[in-house]
This record gives sequence, C-alpha cells and structure tokens, in this order.
Amino acid sequence: MRTRPALALTAALALAALTACGSGDDTGAETEPTTLTVLAAASLTEAFTEIGERFEAEHDGVDVELSFAASSDLAAQITEGAPADVFASADQKNMDKVVDAGAAVDPQPFALNQLVIAVPAGNPDGVTGLADLAGLDFAACAAEVPCGAAAQTAIDASGTAVTPVTYEADVKSTLQKLTLGEVDAALVYRTDAIAAQDEVDAVEFPESAEAVNTYPVTALADAAAPDLAAEFTAYVLGDDAWTVLEAAGFQRP
Amino acid sequence: MPANRNRRRRVPAALLAPAVIGLAFLILPLAGLLARAPWTELPARLAEPAMLDALRLSLLTATLATALSLLFGVPIAWLLARGDFPGRSVLRALVTVPLVLPPVVGGVALLLVFGRSGIIGSWLHERFDVTIPFTTTAVVLAMTFVSMPFLVVAVEGALRGADVRFEEAAATLGAGRWTVFTRVTLPMIAPGVLAGAVLCWARALGEFGATITFAGNFPGRTQTMPLAVYLALQSDLEAAIVLSLILLAVSVVVLASLRERWTAVA
Repeated sequence: MRTRPALALTAALALAALTACGSGDDTGAETEPTTLTVLAAASLTEAFTEIGERFEAEHDGVDVELSFAASSDLAAQITEGAPADVFASADQKNMDKVVDAGAAVDPQPFALNQLVIAVPAGNPDGVTGLADLAGLDFAACAAEVPCGAAAQTAIDASGTAVTPVTYEADVKSTLQKLTLGEVDAALVYRTDAIAAQDEVDAVEFPESAEAVNTYPVTALADAAAPDLAAEFTAYVLGDDAWTVLEAAGFQRP
Repeated sequence: MPANRNRRRRVPAALLAPAVIGLAFLILPLAGLLARAPWTELPARLAEPAMLDALRLSLLTATLATALSLLFGVPIAWLLARGDFPGRSVLRALVTVPLVLPPVVGGVALLLVFGRSGIIGSWLHERFDVTIPFTTTAVVLAMTFVSMPFLVVAVEGALRGADVRFEEAAATLGAGRWTVFTRVTLPMIAPGVLAGAVLCWARALGEFGATITFAGNFPGRTQTMPLAVYLALQSDLEAAIVLSLILLAVSVVVLASLRERWTAVA
C-alpha cells in the first residue's frame, strides 16, 4: 500500500488511502463486497453507463459505480492510491503509467477509436478534410490529453498547417465549443460525434488512421473485489459489451 | 502587575485550539505540495518560455480584472450600502451569484451572452466582426465576473462601517456629492477597498473554470497559469506542482511588497 507521508496532499485523500489499507490486506472474513468501482475515460461515458447497467442486470446484488474523467486524471488517482476495482483508459500511455506503478493486473485492448471532424448539422462550411479547416475557427484537445495527441499526429500527417483557436482540456469540452456555436468545427472522437448526432455531423478524414487510439481495460491490483473486477473486465471484452461499444462508434481491436 | 498582564495577553484555549487546527488544515496541503516538489527541476521550468508567457498573461489579466472590478465594483458597493431603492436586498443577493455559481457554469453563461452566437456577442460579431471568446479580453471578462463580487462585498462592508456623519458634515459645509465621495468617503473606506482589491486580485489569479470555458486555452493568448497547471497535471504531476509553486511564490511576493508600500505610505 502506498501510504508515504508525501501522499498526504489532503486529509481526505490520506483518509481514503488508510481505508483502502485496512480492507486490502486481509479480506475474506468480512461480508462479500457488492460495490464495483469502475474508473473509465470520459469518452466511454455513454457506452460504459449502458455496459454497467447490463452487468448489474446479470449480477444480483452488484452495484457498479462508474467514475468518468480524463484518462490521465484517473491514472493519477490510481497511482496516488484512490480505491478502485477496474480501470478503462482511452489510451495506452495512461494505462502504462498504471502498469508501471504495479497497480494493473492484465490490461487488454477492448476498443479502438478514431478522430473525425465534427461540424454543425448540415455541414454549412462544406468541410471534407483537414485542409478545409484552414479558414475556419476550430477546436481541438490539448496535446497533454489523448485526443489532443491524436489530433496533433493527424494534423502533422496531413502536412497542412492548420491551428485550432483553442486547445481544450478534454474531448467533451472540445465538442461543447462546437455545440455552443463558438467554433465552426472540432476534432473529436467518432464516438463523441455520434453521441451528439442530433446537433453535429461527423466528417471522416484519412489522416485519422495515423492516430488510432486503443482502449485497454484492466482489473486493479488493489481491488476490494478482485473476482468481480476480473469478471467485469471479461464482460467488457466479450460480445455482449461489444454490441454496445459498436453502436457507440468504436471499432474492435 | 506583570503577571496579571501576561495572563491577560494569553489567548483563551477555546480560541487557540480551533485556530491551530484551522491553520494546520489550511497549511498542510501546501506542505504536501512542497514535500512532493522536484526542486532540481525548478530552474529548468523557470526558463521555459511557455511558463513565462503563462505567468505574464496571468499577472496582466488578473491586474486588469482588478482594475475593472474597482471601476465598476466600488459604485455597486456604494449603491448597495447607501442607495435607498426597492429591491436592494435582491440586488445584493444577485451580486453574489458568481460566488455560488460553479465557475465552469459561469463560463458557459458568459458564452451564452458574449459568445459568437450569444445575446450580445452575436450582435458584436455581425455588426463589428468582433468575437470575444478565445481572446485575452475573454480571460479578463471571465476573471472580472468571478472576482468582482469579492471586492463589492468587502467595500460594501467598509461603507456600512464608516460613520455617515462625516459625509453629512461635509455636505452641510457645502461640498457636492462627488466631492463628498472622493474627499471624505473614499479616504475613510480605503483599507476596505484595498482589502477587497487584494481578495479580488488573488481570486482572479487563481481563476480556472470560467476562463477555460469562456476563453479556451491557447498558449500566449488565453493560457493563464492555472490552465497551464491543469494541463501539466494531465501528463506530469511534478511539473504541475512546480508550476503551482511558482504561481504561489509570485503572488505572495506581489502581495507582500504591496503591503510594505501601503504601510510605508500610511
């Protein structure tokens, strides 16, 4: 257990770590845990909400608690000792951080996601590819988060010198700038564009193939419910969950 | 009697204990940051042009936001403290709305008004081809929105505490309303105004949610220190801590040196 003094960033976090310590060392004698805490990337919000509900329906007395945030935030929470059972990341890089910290059990890729150019419904500016963004105001994610790293790779691959007006902190706020009408286009994942398909159209572009994001899932080493965590990750990798992921716009690895 | 005087000066335990616990609660998180900070990285970080851009932008925009807050906030405070009109208590509650509103929601609200398709923003866009979001102006507006209430509340408190009889005396002696305000009222409430301005500046300097929502994030134009810290946090915790400590150190130095100057003048 990581209970180094430096970890005491806040009293609350320290308390959380201590609680995790108390239950992690000798489980078994206590009542069977029924809450499964799943930390999932923000881009999985719609799909994992549905997958969680289906898993609960198949497992009596199991309560799946989902926490969605940027993969990098979640990876930091895990390596700092936040108690959780399963981690689903939007990229390999943040999963690697968790693996390096010895907190992951066996990460497996379960979905692929690609960038599209989201434009207002009806595509008023007639965007067909990255080069068309030159005269427009568009939003992209910051390079520090997976969707931004992918956007930069795709833009570099296209050889066009287009620059967004803003580098957003996550993919949802990037899309929000488009739905609020503040930008003409946004580089977001296909899944996010599909989730907002009432308001936006998705324009596919060839360079996005250069920056395909792999989504790995793993049970966590400090899971309070290790068996249930393993069962959930197997479920995510299975065919039932795939129908949900496919409908959301993901591709299968 | 020295013994007696000592006893009197001693802080009552009923105050001391909660004060110590409270201080520990406020200071410990900072100690956590200091303990975790990679000090060897500090010089390299300080030399980064992107970091200096963000710091410069933060200091500039927070100062402009404080100036705007003084310009508009002091008159608001005067209206609330001295004005006599129906609905004053409702107005007072409305002024503090930005304090309660989650800053990110405040940012969305600003977009709905000043954004490209906002109530005022669409008119600006069509009429003058001016767009506010994603500009440094948007950063200043976001900061002013969240920090001006701090100034208004502090100045209103000072105005209510000030003795109205001095103002009345000045008026009886023939001073006009404006003269009374600038020559009598303002000097009386100066400490309150300064305290409010400091609060306002500090809040503006730390502003994150409304800024990233309304002004976006673009290095050199809208990326202030808190935004740089948040993004660094996405990839590198140590870098984020170093950036936060730089922001903290600069703000403490600025506030401490200002305080020196005020006490020197007074």
